[in-house]
Amino acid sequence: MSNTREPLFSAKNLKLITGPIGSQNPITIQVLGICSALAVTAKLEPAIVMSISVIMVLVFSNLIISLLRDSIPSRIRIIVQLVVVAALVIVVDQILKAFAYEVSRQLSVFVGLIITNCIIMGRLEAFALANKPWPSILDAIGNGAGYGIILVIVAFVRELFGAGTLTVPGLGTLHLIPEAFYEFGYVNNGLMILPPMALMVVGLIIWVQRSRNKELIES
Amino acid sequence: MENLLNIFIKSIFVENMIFAYFLGMCSYLAVSKTVKTSFGLGVAVVFVLGITVPVNYLLENYVLSAGALSWLGEGFADIDLGFLSFIMFIAVIASMVQLVEMVIEKFTPALYTSLGIFLPLIAVNCAILGGSLFMQERAYANIGQATVFGVGSGIGWLLAIVGIAAIREKLSYSNIPGPLKGLGITFIVTGFMGIAFMSFMGIQL
Repeated sequence: MSNTREPLFSAKNLKLITGPIGSQNPITIQVLGICSALAVTAKLEPAIVMSISVIMVLVFSNLIISLLRDSIPSRIRIIVQLVVVAALVIVVDQILKAFAYEVSRQLSVFVGLIITNCIIMGRLEAFALANKPWPSILDAIGNGAGYGIILVIVAFVRELFGAGTLTVPGLGTLHLIPEAFYEFGYVNNGLMILPPMALMVVGLIIWVQRSRNKELIES
Repeated sequence: MENLLNIFIKSIFVENMIFAYFLGMCSYLAVSKTVKTSFGLGVAVVFVLGITVPVNYLLENYVLSAGALSWLGEGFADIDLGFLSFIMFIAVIASMVQLVEMVIEKFTPALYTSLGIFLPLIAVNCAILGGSLFMQERAYANIGQATVFGVGSGIGWLLAIVGIAAIREKLSYSNIPGPLKGLGITFIVTGFMGIAFMSFMGIQL
């Protein structure tokens, strides 16, 4: 039992949130969570819903594993983690099917694939198993937010240039390119909606991020 | 028979796990630095997929889906255990991977040491769970189709990872701008490979 208790939002704790949003981004630096980041970003709405789902699963699984961290035998820890994450994803899946059926159809198998999302297993192994509940929650929020930001940026670029629209949950489909542009001869970039462009956009994001922060360049 | 060939070719080229669905990208990016380890990992993935997809097919059709338990008796006909599929599939996959790990450790210890942590990580490889989930979503008609789909997806993944490993080995001698080195250029090259694989889309068998 430590004598000095860390204040809830101390600088060290806040770094757990801000770190993964920028220089320790799970997708562009830690290379985790790529699969779903690329697949659900053809439109903005599934990307937002996916990010929220992942943040929820991350927070609760980090919390549960952190609370249990002293009672899990090391040999079966992967199985315990998998069971906890799978149960949470089942709950998220049922909630999505009940309240956002259209989006859950678009996300199809990728909701189930949150179970194998490397970010969740990665943070459980690297952080929750060795840290207290409150820092684990903050770490989960930070990594989830970092993941979400990349998803939203990629989806924004892809949908805007690929279809000229933005689908925002709650606001529906917004047509952002004015009709005048189309009559002028502007055509939607069909390639953007296809899967490979997601890889290119993330590659470009990595390029920009590492140009601005020279320390992140691999030698 | 044609249907099986169709599913096989489609799952390798047109609906490639990496290029069309981005499943298994984490280990794809992390292990693809040399062709040798990539090939070993790819073969392990083919093996795991080839076993887990048919087993999960049996689970899905005889235990989990709505009405599947009717072979036990009349009273069980309206049970729908579909919501348990995630946990059951992942349990099957985790046990299979444990088995594969033991087999590899016994028969090819060199491969076992070079794969290191990534062998047990096949259990959380999205491609493996993705294979089972796609099998569930597409409701294949019989176990033959499910097996062919599993093996085909695995071979597609193997092709992709060996391809990118070969390219990365050559790329290490090229003059790539600093910020793009390593991860950035791999993403972009994978994007190009994805576009190339799209050329298979219109193939009629």
